[in-house]
Amino acid sequence: MMWSIYLNVVVQGVLTGLVYGLMALGLSVIFGVVRVVNFAHGEFAVVAMYAAFVLFNALRLDPLIAMLPIAAAFFALGFALQTLVINPFVGRPEHDQFILLVGIAIVIVNGMLMVFGPNAKAVNLPYAFDSYLIGALIIDKVRVYSAVTALAIAAALFAFFRYTRTGTAIRACADNLAGAAVVGLNVKRLYALTFGVGLACVGAAGALMVTIADAAPSLGPAYTLLAFIIVIVGGLGSMAGALVGGILIGVSEALAGFIIEPSMKSMFSFALLIAVLVLRPQGLMGRRA
Amino acid sequence: MIALWRGIPGRGRLLLAGLVVALIAAPLAADRYLLSVLTLIFYFAYVGQAWNLMMGYAGQLSLGHALYVGLGAYVAALLWLYFGIGPWLGVFAAILVAAAFGAAIGWLGFRFGVEGVYFALLTIAFAEFTRIAFDHLGFAGASAGLFLPYEERRLGEWWNLRGGQLLFYYTALLLAAGGVMLAARLARSRLGYHWLAVREDETAARALGIDAFRAKMSAVLISSAMTAVGGVFYAFYYNNLFPAQIFDIGRSIELILAPIVGGLGTVFGPVVGAFILTPLGEGLIAATETLGINAPGVKAVFYGLTLMAIISFRPSGVWPWLARILGVAERKP
Repeated sequence: MMWSIYLNVVVQGVLTGLVYGLMALGLSVIFGVVRVVNFAHGEFAVVAMYAAFVLFNALRLDPLIAMLPIAAAFFALGFALQTLVINPFVGRPEHDQFILLVGIAIVIVNGMLMVFGPNAKAVNLPYAFDSYLIGALIIDKVRVYSAVTALAIAAALFAFFRYTRTGTAIRACADNLAGAAVVGLNVKRLYALTFGVGLACVGAAGALMVTIADAAPSLGPAYTLLAFIIVIVGGLGSMAGALVGGILIGVSEALAGFIIEPSMKSMFSFALLIAVLVLRPQGLMGRRA
Repeated sequence: MIALWRGIPGRGRLLLAGLVVALIAAPLAADRYLLSVLTLIFYFAYVGQAWNLMMGYAGQLSLGHALYVGLGAYVAALLWLYFGIGPWLGVFAAILVAAAFGAAIGWLGFRFGVEGVYFALLTIAFAEFTRIAFDHLGFAGASAGLFLPYEERRLGEWWNLRGGQLLFYYTALLLAAGGVMLAARLARSRLGYHWLAVREDETAARALGIDAFRAKMSAVLISSAMTAVGGVFYAFYYNNLFPAQIFDIGRSIELILAPIVGGLGTVFGPVVGAFILTPLGEGLIAATETLGINAPGVKAVFYGLTLMAIISFRPSGVWPWLARILGVAERKP
């Protein structure tokens, strides 16, 4: 029955990986359009986790529902942040932007530490331990719900960029900034919209994540690095790449955690990141710039 | 030393000499707590200087300098624990190991064209990878930590860095001063000018016949070696090492604050930054403690806000502006 255990681990990895993928999607969208590396990405995910935790404790709101107001609030937050803080940095040297976001990340993660303390906070859903039995497979309900929701959001995002006028305008900014400005697109506003959309992804992903993992401030930098690994492995700017990268990292961490040792699982992700950076910097699914 | 002295106008020389004398004499007047804060300032000025050489002068953003601090600390501590080899010898081993890692990262990065933010991610990946590896290295204490024994009878052995606050105060002062002199010397050397050229426009630098790969490699090597020395100091000052603390990405970021706030690519920037940030941070902790507030992240929140403010409003740092006001601006070489 050994194979069925491995299959279980792989399926869990795929489901978790889809939620990781949604989080990374936000990073990929922001980088692909605004060309700003959001070093505070994981920290925002943790804020969303705490938001879902607070909403659950105060109003008994299921994180799967709380996800909607959280994503909306994060959209507004992203829009404001880009307009007020980051837009003046467009065109500044890359490392200036990076350092600005490092500053934001420090403030967020330690702000969380001040408000919620260092201990992990869990959302105890009534169906947290329910699972589906399919043959030899045992699949957690929460993971299935989260993964399906993540897929649905990713599909909606894909449709937004492909079929709406605003989505097309944003893609125009990404493809040819000068051209977009010449035809009269309000680039700064579109950047703000994009940052909002990216943060809405993180907000949703964070709310879903809290059903799988407990919220803790120290997760912030870890998730930021995770999102970077996924996006770089999948290829920066490629939306499908973010999801595929998420699944890849989810499965490899699940397998490494099962076969070797849970505490060593992210070592493989970092090794993978080093290998991809050096050997295939455009990522597995990206195009060479 | 001479290079440093020549670059400073008369008023600045007076100021600098006064500062050095005051710092040498400080233990006569200062209490233990003040000395420990000053020691911390020197430490951050020194490791900040090491990072500044790589980022401020050669333009290579590293966010994994905790790797070199940690390696330096662990190598010296392990040599001391297992073989009784003191830090004055151990420091050379520490330098070798850290520089070897620096060489590996630099070679991978520069040979394969990993640039800018991607290079920063590469440095983070190496630091994190090493952190997890050390978490599982049994002979180095793994995640439970490594402790240097505190033995009363060895406290007088200053040559083994075993002693009280005073010993560490002067050692850190020497490190910080040495860092400034080395930076001043390098900034006016042929290599220093190559760094500036590569930082400003690598393609143009290459067109002029500058070996950009060599220039960047030497920056990483010098910076990692210098940082490792800081790590040795850290190990013998604090006497305990935990991978989760010393290799943490938060450490890498803490270390870059002073040079950014003080002024990237200036000799005195890291020192000025450390003198501004460390006392404010420590003061904030002391203030919250006396007020009875338990706010573990308050210092870091303050640092983060400072970083945002500096990079938004004064991206070239405090020192160039302060130097103009004091009339002691470094002469352009």
